Order: sequence, then C-alpha cells, then structure tokens
Amino acid sequence: MTTTFSPQRIGTVLVALALLAAPLTLGGEEYVLRVLTVGATYAIAVYGMNLILGLTGQLSLAHGGFFGIGVYVVGLLTTDYHWAFWPSLAVAVVATAVGGYVAGVVALRTHEEYFAIFTMAMGFIIFLVISRWESVTHAHSGVSGVKFPEGFGAVDFSEPIVMYYLVLVFLLGAAYVTYAVRRSGIGRTLVAIRTSEDLARSIGVNVGLNKQLAFAASTTLAGLGGGLFAAVQGFVGPSAAGIDLTFEMLMFILVGGLGTVLGPVVGTFLVLFLFEFFQDFEAYRFLVLGPIIVVLVIFAPRGIVGYLNQFVGRVRSRRANGSRNPGRPHDDRKAESTTDVKEAL
Amino acid sequence: MTLLEVRGLGKHFSGLHAVDDVDLDIAEGRITAIIGPNGAGKSTLFNLLAGFYRPTSGTVRFHDRDITGMSPHRTVAHGIARTFQTTKLFEDATVLDNVLSGRIVRSRSTVFDAVLRTPRHRREERLNLDKAMAALEFTGIAGYRDEIAASVPQEVQKRVSIALALATEPQLLLLDEPAAGLTEEETVGFAQLIRDIVADGITVGLVEHRMSMVMSLADHILVLDHGKEIASGTPDAIRTDPQVIEAYLGADHADQEGAG
Ligand SMILES: Nc1ncnc2c1ncn2[C@@H]1O[C@H](COP(=O)(O)OP(=O)(O)OP(=O)(O)O)[C@@H](O)[C@H]1O
Ligand SMILES: [Mg+2]
Repeated sequence: MTTTFSPQRIGTVLVALALLAAPLTLGGEEYVLRVLTVGATYAIAVYGMNLILGLTGQLSLAHGGFFGIGVYVVGLLTTDYHWAFWPSLAVAVVATAVGGYVAGVVALRTHEEYFAIFTMAMGFIIFLVISRWESVTHAHSGVSGVKFPEGFGAVDFSEPIVMYYLVLVFLLGAAYVTYAVRRSGIGRTLVAIRTSEDLARSIGVNVGLNKQLAFAASTTLAGLGGGLFAAVQGFVGPSAAGIDLTFEMLMFILVGGLGTVLGPVVGTFLVLFLFEFFQDFEAYRFLVLGPIIVVLVIFAPRGIVGYLNQFVGRVRSRRANGSRNPGRPHDDRKAESTTDVKEAL
Repeated sequence: MTLLEVRGLGKHFSGLHAVDDVDLDIAEGRITAIIGPNGAGKSTLFNLLAGFYRPTSGTVRFHDRDITGMSPHRTVAHGIARTFQTTKLFEDATVLDNVLSGRIVRSRSTVFDAVLRTPRHRREERLNLDKAMAALEFTGIAGYRDEIAASVPQEVQKRVSIALALATEPQLLLLDEPAAGLTEEETVGFAQLIRDIVADGITVGLVEHRMSMVMSLADHILVLDHGKEIASGTPDAIRTDPQVIEAYLGADHADQEGAG
C-alpha cells in the first residue's frame, strides 16, 4: 500500500530534513543547538521506551535509571578512570544491555501494574545508588569534565554542531531499528504479546524470552542515550538518573505516539520546545503544560503521529472504498488500523 | 498410527480433579472428538496437551516423543496448534496480519536480518505472505484480508482463528468448540472445513457440543464426565452407550441435543 509518495513517507522525509537543517537555520545559536542535541539524546532513550511500552505493552518505569547508568558509566570512566569516550560508551551500552536482561528476568515475572511498580522501584534504587554512593559517583557534586568523543580526521566533536550530527546519526539509527522491527516478524511477535499473551503463546511465541529481549533492547537504547548525554553536557549530576526523567520520557512518547516510528522524536522535540517556551514559569510551567498534555491525550490518544496516521488512513480508505469495493460500508476501525499495524510512521 | 498418546493424565485445581487419569490415543489423519457435559474437563485436557497447563500426573507423547509439561512455544514448534473456546484474535489487526502472526514460529530470521534486510529475511517474509494467503484461501476468507479482525462477522472470526492455527503448519490441530454460537447452516460449512483440513493431512482433535456434528465427523470419540473417561469408541458405540446417555440426561438440557 505504501507508494513512493505516501503521506507517511513524506512525513518521515520532512522530519528528517528538519532535524538535518535545524542547526543551519538557527544561525549559530549555541543555546538552541545545545537544547536540540540534548533533546536528541533523550529521543534515543525514548525509542527504547517505545520498544517495551509501545510495542510490547509493558510500562517500564526504570527507564530514567538505565539512562542514568549510561550517563554515569561514560561520565566516570572518562574522568576518574581516564578512559577514552568510545570504549566508555561501549561499556555503557553493554552494561545496560546485560543489566536490562538480568533485571528483566525478575521484573517480567510480574505483570501489568506490578511490573510498573517493580520497575519504578528498580529505577528508584538506581537513582539512590547514584545519588548516595559518594566515593564512586561523587553523589550531589556530580561529575564534571566528561570527555567529548574522540574525533577522526577533520571531525572534531568538541564543535557543538558536529556533536549534534553525531547524536543525530544514533537517533536516526534508533528510528530505523524501530521501523525495521515493526515491519518484521519480530514486530509482529511483540505486538502479539501486547494484544494477547495467551493467543501469542498458542501460536508458538516464547512470551517470556521475547519480553525479556525487548526489555533489554529498551534499556540498551536508554544507556546509549545516557552515554551520549554525558558527553553533550560535560557536567552531569544525579538528576540525569531520576524518576522525573522517566516521567518526562513517558510524556514525550504519549504526546508523540506510542508504538509509531516517528512518535518518539516528534514527541520529544515538541514537548521540549514547550518546556523551553514556558521556562520563565519555572516550577509553575507544569500548571500550563499539564493541561495542554491532558488535552492532547484526550483528543489524540494515539499521540500526534498516531493521530496523523489515522487521519491519512481514513482519507485513503475512503478513497479506496469509493472505487474498489463500493458495496462495503465505510469502517473507521479499518482506516485506523491499516496504518496502525502496517505502516504507522 | 498413533500420533498423540496420553496415559494417566491428570490435572488438579486445589482439590478439584478437572482431568482425572485419562488415557487417549489420537490416530494420525483422523478426527478424534472429546465430548462431555459442561465442566467435564474437555478444555482442560486440551490445555494439557498444548502445554498451557502442566499436568499433575501422567504423560503425553507426540510422535513418540515425551512432551509432558512442555511449554506451548515448543509444542507449537513440534506441530500442535489449538484454538480457544472463546475465539481469541488480535482484534485491532487486519485478518491478514492475524494470520501472518501464525508464521512467527516457522520464521528463522532475527532482528538483525530485519534491520539489515538480508536476503533470508526478504525470502522469509515472501514465503510467510504466501503461506498466510494460502491459509486464508483454504478457510475461505481471503476476501476479508484487509478487514480489521474485530469488525468481521463472528463466523469469519472463527475461520480466522483456524487460519491462524493452520499458518503455524501443525500436524495436530485441537479445535475447542469451533461451531459454538453458529447457525445450523454455518455449522455445515465448518464441518466441511474440518473435513478439508483432515484431507490436507492434518490430524484433528475436536471438542464439540453439537452431537450431530460430532457423530458425522468423528472417527473416534472420548466421553469425559467429571474429568474421567466414561466411554470411548466409534460414534455408533458411543451413541448407544448407557453410561453416556445417563451422563447427558443427567446434565443440562442444552447439552443433550441428539446425544441419545
Ligand atoms: N484455571 C482453572 N482453575 C481452577 N479451576 C479450573 C480452571 N480451569 C478449569 N477449571 C475447572 O475445571 C473443570 C473443568 O473445566 P473445563 O473448562 O475443562 O470444562 P469443559 O469440559 O471444557 O466445559 P465446557 O463444556 O463448559 O467448556 C471445571 O470445574 C472448571 O471450573
Ligand atoms: Mg470447554
């Protein structure tokens, strides 16, 4: 059904172009560029949340904690232990992958709300360790002087704009993985688990193993985002592992669209933009943002990207129904889900 | 030849003997029916065979291999598929996507194949589509492929659940009340579908309350009551068995159509 010029494709191209062109059009506004780069590191982690929540249907609230592990592995290795950035990032990725897999063994014995509560406790423990283990993590003094990635040739990652494009490469990678997973049997497996574990089991899906792999993949992306975040910020503290961060990411994905390919990036940048816009309100910004987000979730429960997909799908099926099978009554559910299942971007 | 051999199988739920010391041989290429009043333990027996429940006693052998207590993802891989008494589907997905999900167990490509779009992955996706379409044609619902599963008529939904099970390429298909809630006319269509499935080389285990359907389809019948076997044999033998008649007359009147 996806033709070369399908609205989804055009949407993807537009988002990609906007991300590529953003630093150029900002004319050297360092602050905005920094916000964008930090946003991109969050968005990578949000793609992780999308795998476990959007595709597999498990609400993991340990996500900020795993982001924090990535932040602190890179932060501490490149400063106290004088490692180079790249091997530190590799350790962060492996640590969050293994950590996620092992944690998943225990966490996935619980279901639904218990899983959410369990992972929230897990996230909180990670936060406590980071914010209290003074001799290793420096607790509230944080870590400063985190190294930039080592460049090669003329590529110098201490240039903010170069760093931005580096993070963007990883972000596009995360989006592509989501796209590939959604289109493949693996995506079908995860969605099957989300829809009905019993039915998934009856068609031969190893529910436990797949949930665990999805959970590990999600924490790995959190660790990757965290490791990049540490390098972008240079200075990091325990708030980079906090439960607040988990809920911010949850908000990003709900606004963007659960389970979609573009939702994480669209939601992250949009909400961050709103955060910045209402920055002057300081702590009160949630008074304004809260209602905006509630309204969004009420009117577009599938998120912005989900809403657009649904809209496109409906127009398309109306057209298709007009020409192909005039006999069959128009059905909204059909419209939603052609896009939802097959080509939601 | 015996495809599935059950010996002394039992399942207790905190004191309740849902299935109690049951023996059963399911012959390859035949239709074996399991009947009995409500709560007799028919669905529990299917759940034990498919690995959804772990038996408290007894053994299950499939193709001469011990599969007792094996988890469902492995029994399906070995060739046992089942449908549920209350039709279960991936409701917000299209009919085709539902049936494609049945291909998961026969797919070998990994996340990496999907990300890198390897030839193996593309070959497999094409094969899966062909097999899923074949299952839809076979069950006579190819015309509904792009409809959302929850929005198609009940009869079609029941056919989708069978197509989904067939897509896993089973050798043994366990159907739990496939005709429940269907009209007389639709039931005839389902009986024909079950015959087609067997003609295609798949062995069928059938739980069904409609006696007319069971009597005309089954090669062998096992009658359960309170988890225990009360009779087993050919339809003719079962029809005249005094214990069976008594069990059914003692049960709810809804269940006795044509039993005696
Ligand atoms: N998971 C369970 N936990 C406890 N008891 C159960 C469970 N599953 C079934 N039972 C009980 O086991 C007995 C057999 O149930 P089962 O569903 O196998 O009957 P059935 O023969 O399929 O009946 P029906 O014709 O109504 O479908 C019933 O008494 C039922 O209440
Ligand atoms: Mg039953």
